[in-house]
Amino acid sequence: MTRPATPAARHTRRKGRRGEQPMVPDAEFTSYYDRPILKASPWTADIPAYLFAGGLAGGSALLGAGADLTDRPALRRAGRFGALGAITASMYFLIHDLGRPSRFVNMLRVAKPTSPMSIGTWILSAFGPMAGIAAAGELKWLLPKPLRRLVGVTERPAGLAAAVVAPAVMSYTAALIADTATPSWHEAYRELPFVFVGSACVASGGLGMLASPVDQAGPARRMALAGAALELAAEHQMEQSMGITSEPLHQGKPGMLLRASKALTIGGAAGTLLARRSRIAGMVSGATLLSASACTRFAIFHAGQESARDPKYTVVPQRERLAQRAR
Amino acid sequence: MGELTGPQPHVAADAGWDPEQPRMGFFTDTSVCIGCKACEVACKEWNGVPDDGFNLLGSSYDNTGALGASTWRHVAFIEQPKRLSGQDAGYRQLRTGPAGSDTANVASGEALSGDRSKLGTETSQLTLEPTGTLPTDGSGSRQDFRWLMESDVCKHCTHAACLDVCPTGSLFRTEFGTVVVQDDICNGCGYCVPACPFGVIDRREGGKAVKNNGLAQKCTLCYDRLGEGMMPACAQACPTESIQFGDIDELRARAAARQEALHAAGNTEARLYLDDPNDGIGGGGAMFLLLDEPEVYGLPPDPVVTTRDLPDIWRRTAMAAATALAGAVAIFIGGRRS
Repeated sequence: MTRPATPAARHTRRKGRRGEQPMVPDAEFTSYYDRPILKASPWTADIPAYLFAGGLAGGSALLGAGADLTDRPALRRAGRFGALGAITASMYFLIHDLGRPSRFVNMLRVAKPTSPMSIGTWILSAFGPMAGIAAAGELKWLLPKPLRRLVGVTERPAGLAAAVVAPAVMSYTAALIADTATPSWHEAYRELPFVFVGSACVASGGLGMLASPVDQAGPARRMALAGAALELAAEHQMEQSMGITSEPLHQGKPGMLLRASKALTIGGAAGTLLARRSRIAGMVSGATLLSASACTRFAIFHAGQESARDPKYTVVPQRERLAQRAR
Repeated sequence: MGELTGPQPHVAADAGWDPEQPRMGFFTDTSVCIGCKACEVACKEWNGVPDDGFNLLGSSYDNTGALGASTWRHVAFIEQPKRLSGQDAGYRQLRTGPAGSDTANVASGEALSGDRSKLGTETSQLTLEPTGTLPTDGSGSRQDFRWLMESDVCKHCTHAACLDVCPTGSLFRTEFGTVVVQDDICNGCGYCVPACPFGVIDRREGGKAVKNNGLAQKCTLCYDRLGEGMMPACAQACPTESIQFGDIDELRARAAARQEALHAAGNTEARLYLDDPNDGIGGGGAMFLLLDEPEVYGLPPDPVVTTRDLPDIWRRTAMAAATALAGAVAIFIGGRRS
């Protein structure tokens, strides 16, 4: 059947739009009983949570290592605990989402550059233990004496090693979701790694502000500000370059989440200026920034899912591509 | 290992197999499909594929829905107010009402609620609630009518995204050039599902009692039968040879000859799909002769393997990672102690 690709011609799924204008001119397209061509990923909320926690872990490891080298003990503690806690959460979400969680270790029987999930698992496997040793350094007074000395010697090198791997932890999840046929993920691949890195900095800067005093949180505030600027700029560029597949980012649940993400990012970034003087302001804007990053991940996740469920986002761009080739 | 895109004449040898073994696959000639669904039944029976829910979907004779974890062959039915080349359907001047696909099927398409991407995998959550109003085209009669049927299947792509992205190595290339899931290795990560440009593979749902629950499942091109020199169950069961099984090179030649014959007979709408090694997936291990645009059958008009762009994706990811590292250094060095 042929239906116009206009929101007006659609039923309940479009009722969240409230008179928004379509991003691109309407295009006619044909589908098989309005059914999806692609399968939406079977992933649950675990996966956007995994994206969020991974970003938070990477950025926190960077803050922790930097604070260690520049003698900011409270920020170091926040960074190290943040990195370990978030990477543990990230691994939990990843494993929990598996159809057979007990077979997680099968991820480690190959290393495949064509599979960002395989590469990502190896990145996490390298990062996790390093983040663990660095965090153990904060609790070494609890350890028996020989172990305490071992941790005392290795905590800084381990924290630095985690920081070297951290940028990969912050960015590989963008490659993971972009390397699919899901229209709103794949078409975003040029800017998505920058959006994710920016969002990771927003989250971990936020955590640093939340958990360390004003006089030590300077790098966390700067990380949050720089991350917010990078994320918003990359997001803007991304929405421009995605063509019709940017639509799901602006309507329904993902649209609401992305608007919330932007508002919280801007609000939290503005808060960093007040946070230079007030711990309370630092904590409020830190929490705001953390929730902003979570909203970004959930928005992009759900936009992709919606784009896979609507044959419009499969057929229209492919038809355009064919028409261009014929010209 | 091999290229991510472009023609690959020795797909099994590229994966380390004996180069003497020809690549095997399907040619599905929809012009002779009669919609009997013997292929669907034979596939379910032979492979022990569980049910995907029993539903009336209100889409002509298609109550299967789509390919999915528990549907490895799917017969599509399309009713159109069009002529099948020179045929006269005999409806001329009769008041027959508009064609099914434009009325009841539109209505039932609208009435079908739930996550339609679960079709073929787990449809028990879908419900059909007729809206009570049938759209009409206002004409009240139809002059022409044709009924398209097509048996869809996994394409066993030359460049298979599902195989590329699989993080466990569960999906592999067989000696016949086909793509198969190893049930004892898959951990159900689900990455192959959004990677497939055709929406073929899915993770099986349905509870612990269901075989291979939680694992990615799709057509194996009857790997077990091929190993014994037998043809896949669907091709064996097809009464009209709409589904043909064989050596890919020979099937390509047969498909081209069939298209030529149909064109000569006036069926100018006949077109081949996934027969070209230069297309976005390097050509299919399953190819089709269609009588309308691919999207009419629920197939993507210009499928491209996502990993074609992977080198670029990794490059952008590395740039973003470098930005993060440089930024982190800058925020500690650049700022005053504050």
